[in-house]
Amino acid sequence: MSKIKGAAAFIESLRCEGVKHVFGYPGGAVLDIFDMLYETEDIQFILVRHEQGAVHAADGYARASGKVGVCLVTSGPGATNTVTGLATAYMDSIPIVVFSGQVSTHLIGNDAFQEADTVGITRPCTKHNFLVKDVAELPRIIKEAFYIARTGRCGPVLVDLPKDVMNALAVFKYPEAVCLQGYSPTYKGHPGQIKRIVDHILKSRNPVIYAGGGIILSNAAEELTTLARLTNIPVTTTLMGMGAYPSNEELCLGMLGMHGTFAANMAITESDCLIAIGARFDDRVTGKVEEFAPKAEIIHIDIDPTSISKNVRVDIPVVGDCRTVLKDMLAILKSRAKEVKELQTQLAPWLDQIRTWKRDKPLKYDKGSKVIKPQYVIETIDKLTPEDAIIATEVGQNQMWTAQFYNFRQPRLFLTSGGLGTMGYGFPAAIGAQVAFPKRTVIDIAGDGSIQMNIQELATAVQYKLNVKVMIINNGYLGMVRQWQSLFYKKRYAHTTMNVAPDFVKLAEAYGAHGLRVEKPADVEHAIREALATKGTVFVDFKVDPEEDVCPIVPAGAPIKNMLLV
Amino acid sequence: MRHVISVLVDNEAGVLSRVSGLFSGRGFNIESLSVAPTLEANVSKMVITTIGDDQVLEQIKKQLNKLINVIKVVDYVGKEYVEREMIMIKVQAKAENRAEVLRIADIFRAKVVDVCTKSYTLELTGTKDKLEAFVELLTPLGIIDFVRSGAVVMEREMQGRRKL
Repeated sequence: MSKIKGAAAFIESLRCEGVKHVFGYPGGAVLDIFDMLYETEDIQFILVRHEQGAVHAADGYARASGKVGVCLVTSGPGATNTVTGLATAYMDSIPIVVFSGQVSTHLIGNDAFQEADTVGITRPCTKHNFLVKDVAELPRIIKEAFYIARTGRCGPVLVDLPKDVMNALAVFKYPEAVCLQGYSPTYKGHPGQIKRIVDHILKSRNPVIYAGGGIILSNAAEELTTLARLTNIPVTTTLMGMGAYPSNEELCLGMLGMHGTFAANMAITESDCLIAIGARFDDRVTGKVEEFAPKAEIIHIDIDPTSISKNVRVDIPVVGDCRTVLKDMLAILKSRAKEVKELQTQLAPWLDQIRTWKRDKPLKYDKGSKVIKPQYVIETIDKLTPEDAIIATEVGQNQMWTAQFYNFRQPRLFLTSGGLGTMGYGFPAAIGAQVAFPKRTVIDIAGDGSIQMNIQELATAVQYKLNVKVMIINNGYLGMVRQWQSLFYKKRYAHTTMNVAPDFVKLAEAYGAHGLRVEKPADVEHAIREALATKGTVFVDFKVDPEEDVCPIVPAGAPIKNMLLV
Repeated sequence: MRHVISVLVDNEAGVLSRVSGLFSGRGFNIESLSVAPTLEANVSKMVITTIGDDQVLEQIKKQLNKLINVIKVVDYVGKEYVEREMIMIKVQAKAENRAEVLRIADIFRAKVVDVCTKSYTLELTGTKDKLEAFVELLTPLGIIDFVRSGAVVMEREMQGRRKL
């Protein structure tokens, strides 16, 4: 067999993994790989304008499509610029593989030009990482990287590629299987524990399902919906779980936690049986941990054993893949139809109570306002977009209003940085999603602050003729921080005023995109229609009420039943 | 509560930093640590002593198991095991103290591994408590320096013991 260069083996390995798109940025250490890409037609390379954007784009691509997102960047600053993207993907368990260039092996440790200890720097923000020291190991490592990224609790993996390894010759053979002694995720839940869960649910009076991003990652939305409909148990989702359960279903309580709905937070507080599935009891969800679901026996289904009993003591834990465990639960429930019928009857008072909470304290805002209310913009986007539209957000008020006022009816439509809370995530993530689905409507709902964190990606969107629509909720503030200053720091608005900002319309035009500005509520609908009908990248600058707050809000560290409603 | 944990890991570069990074990143304590290859050349064994309540220990063990390079984690609490540490200690050998140093060494069954006109260097293995008692007794005689290893442990073989 003839030998090929490491760079060629790299491209071959990507082919073996079925990679069609790579997001990245070139540089000295990866020139050999880029030279191969020059003649590679079956893998599309998307040139971003900053490596952080490349990682977020790969992340958005992965969230929207369920495939592993792939990035390629150079050594040193190229690699260090990926750190925020890696940490974002790590917190939200998103399968991506980042390939970084590295200086030649004989220079490693010599403070060479554009050298950084990339494996050392990225160790705490990746699921795993590799430094390839021998070209013979390259195919095996790439195989393992993709396998680790997409199995178990998904996550980002980084592979560091020294320049000389990319030039070295070896016979290429892609391994068929991986052999990792220390890694074998549990997919199948313990049958005894699953039976205990079902017994418990059937006895409950006030059960609630608390569904997280694990449902979406394990493609279990259908099973979850079946479970809720079969048993009549209401469902609240986390930010990461939006779309795991259709928001238009009667049993849907919306989001829980700091900016959750009154009904969701009250249901958790009064519940006698909390069924957590693919969620991790994050502090933004639980508020004061001691008073989270104080009356409930807690059931927790998660693929990651470390998530169980980390923040909250769990009564019935099940380690396993959400979809597999839900299927097993459904099989048992279906064989106990009579008891399920009884459960439905015994839940009637509970569902009445929930209906009352929903009716008495719904999410609301001033609909007769003379200035544009941000919530109205989001409701209108919801009204005008097709059911399969993909919505990315930045971080802050724009993100919370989207979670509250946009109706997510399917999984993989909501791309948002939940765990790390990365401003600047949404726009590149939307670009990644649009690359995965060129024909679907893709929208980034942004703030005037966060859009400026990765605004350079406008050039990427225009270069690849992507139809991403960016809806800027422009209130002239770093709104969420301002809201906290308003509520908890006596309105001392320290450095949260964005009174110098670009003219977003002119800026979009300067990049060759379209720009629209909306200043009156009456023009909102028309502008959104126009943006959706316009081909190419569009920025819409909505001048909204500058001091609108996200409500309800639970003050940090307070129990989630203590909501400030207006 | 003090726990002794052994961790079987892939014997490759960076694994120690993955383990130590896990402890520092999540605010866990490492009291002592020792690492060496095992019978299988590509596998190393780490012995870590750490302190924490049950919940912390459970997290430590789960988080260690989550590392791709970790093959097996064993917590020795509740098991029968032999634990040993080693110390080498350099003590002043003043004329009036020489006999006393040797007497203490003899009581503890320490070995003299280096002698010169000004000092003795003693070597001792034993449990943490024994080593600490040894240091305490030698302190008034003038310790120049000492070096201690981390703990190593071996589970006791229980089969057939009851018959004896």
